[in-house]
Amino acid sequence: MSEAGVDDLVAGVLDGEHRALARAITTIENREPGYRDLVAALHAHTGDAEVIGVTGSPGAGKSTLVDKLAKSYRDRGLTVGVIAVDPSSPYSGGAVLGDRIRMASNVGDMAVFFRSMSARGQLGGLSTATGDAITALDAFGKDRIIVETVGAGQNEVDVVRTADTVVVLVQPGSGDDVQMLKAGILEIGDVFVVNKADMDGAATTVTDLREMLHLRDGSTAGAAGHHGLGSMADGDDADDEADGWDPTVIETIATEGEGVDDLIDTLDDHYAYLRETGELDRRERTRYAEKIRQLLRSDAASLLEGEIERHGGMDTLVDEVQARETDPYTVADRILAPLADCVDRERD
Amino acid sequence: MSTGQEQRTIRCLVAKVGLDGHDRGAHVIARAFRDAGFEVIYSGLHRAPEEIVQAAVQEDVDVLGISILSGAHNTLIPKVIEGLKEYGAFADTLVIVGGIVPEEDRADLKAAGVAEIFGPGTPMQETIDFVRENVSR
Repeated sequence: MSEAGVDDLVAGVLDGEHRALARAITTIENREPGYRDLVAALHAHTGDAEVIGVTGSPGAGKSTLVDKLAKSYRDRGLTVGVIAVDPSSPYSGGAVLGDRIRMASNVGDMAVFFRSMSARGQLGGLSTATGDAITALDAFGKDRIIVETVGAGQNEVDVVRTADTVVVLVQPGSGDDVQMLKAGILEIGDVFVVNKADMDGAATTVTDLREMLHLRDGSTAGAAGHHGLGSMADGDDADDEADGWDPTVIETIATEGEGVDDLIDTLDDHYAYLRETGELDRRERTRYAEKIRQLLRSDAASLLEGEIERHGGMDTLVDEVQARETDPYTVADRILAPLADCVDRERD
Repeated sequence: MSTGQEQRTIRCLVAKVGLDGHDRGAHVIARAFRDAGFEVIYSGLHRAPEEIVQAAVQEDVDVLGISILSGAHNTLIPKVIEGLKEYGAFADTLVIVGGIVPEEDRADLKAAGVAEIFGPGTPMQETIDFVRENVSR
């Protein structure tokens, strides 16, 4: 994309043009030329949106809950961006992105910008471009951005590095489910939602979950004392200040929209907690530090790819090593040495 | 300096429009597109033209495949195309139609902006090849 093309796109996004926003996210997702300039230019206009991550096992009701959340935010006069990530095929690279089907409450409402993304081979529940797509939605002026991950099992915890507040959805019906969550997902939730709360076994799941969270925090107060529907977040209590945020368990019936207002209140409470304790600031700093490191790693890697080519390509280098003419360490030193020298010279 | 690897993937929206509950064909084509390496967004059943437009614009798809078996294509499809034009999305969206469309309606639909119409029995590969050859970006 030309420099003028990027400028137009940035202007369009800041101007609130849906088409420009859609195109910007495509540019980001495809890593098209100019995407870096695009994200760089949009960054200055971000920082106003609250980012909510929603994760949970497949079929837990993530998409339906996200739809109802978006609707409730709209009823409160807020604009919403949604990014829904679905898995890509390990064989063809293709994907069927089906989360949009559940977005029935927000049809015809362009103030809800819904975008489906394929994970494009990434494990972890999000795609590489998700963070940059959030930047675009934030710059566009969305008040709330909801990120729905790939249906997650145990270790799809990338959403933690992306969202301000992480909502973990749990299905009622089996204690085993909760057991399974123990190692990974249970550790990342700020708010737990037992969806399909009208199903048999929901109460047990809620109890199990509270117990588990109680153990996780190792605190003696709190978890067991939550009140189910309508329970308030404990983070506001002075007693809990030292312990930080106590994860709340909420029951919802997403298909009916039941419990969604409670969820939104809790999300607001959590955000207020993040802001008051300075945690929001700390999380943002961690996020940007990781982003910078990640960019440096990938940039350095592509710089090195270029150097490998300059030394005759990987095949040639491997030939030499295989013929015992040289060894991997010497090859690595040979390629890296000029770069290191260059860095040293620049520094002086 | 490198800008990272460019990953060009064809995105398509497979859409069911209007009062037409027959979605086997849409499912089959969605799966075939997936296996061809496309990213397929499926609209779900009974969508109004405005919903299809909203989805096509927000998802920035290269291809909009409308599956229609109800006979209402002459009313609904031009509405979708009008909507795309309104958002400036028509020029780079390839609109194709699958389903039952009588011969005498085809010329009008094509004049309205449909790139191709695939009737029953069209080999899947033919549709996939058409998409690959005709996406505009």
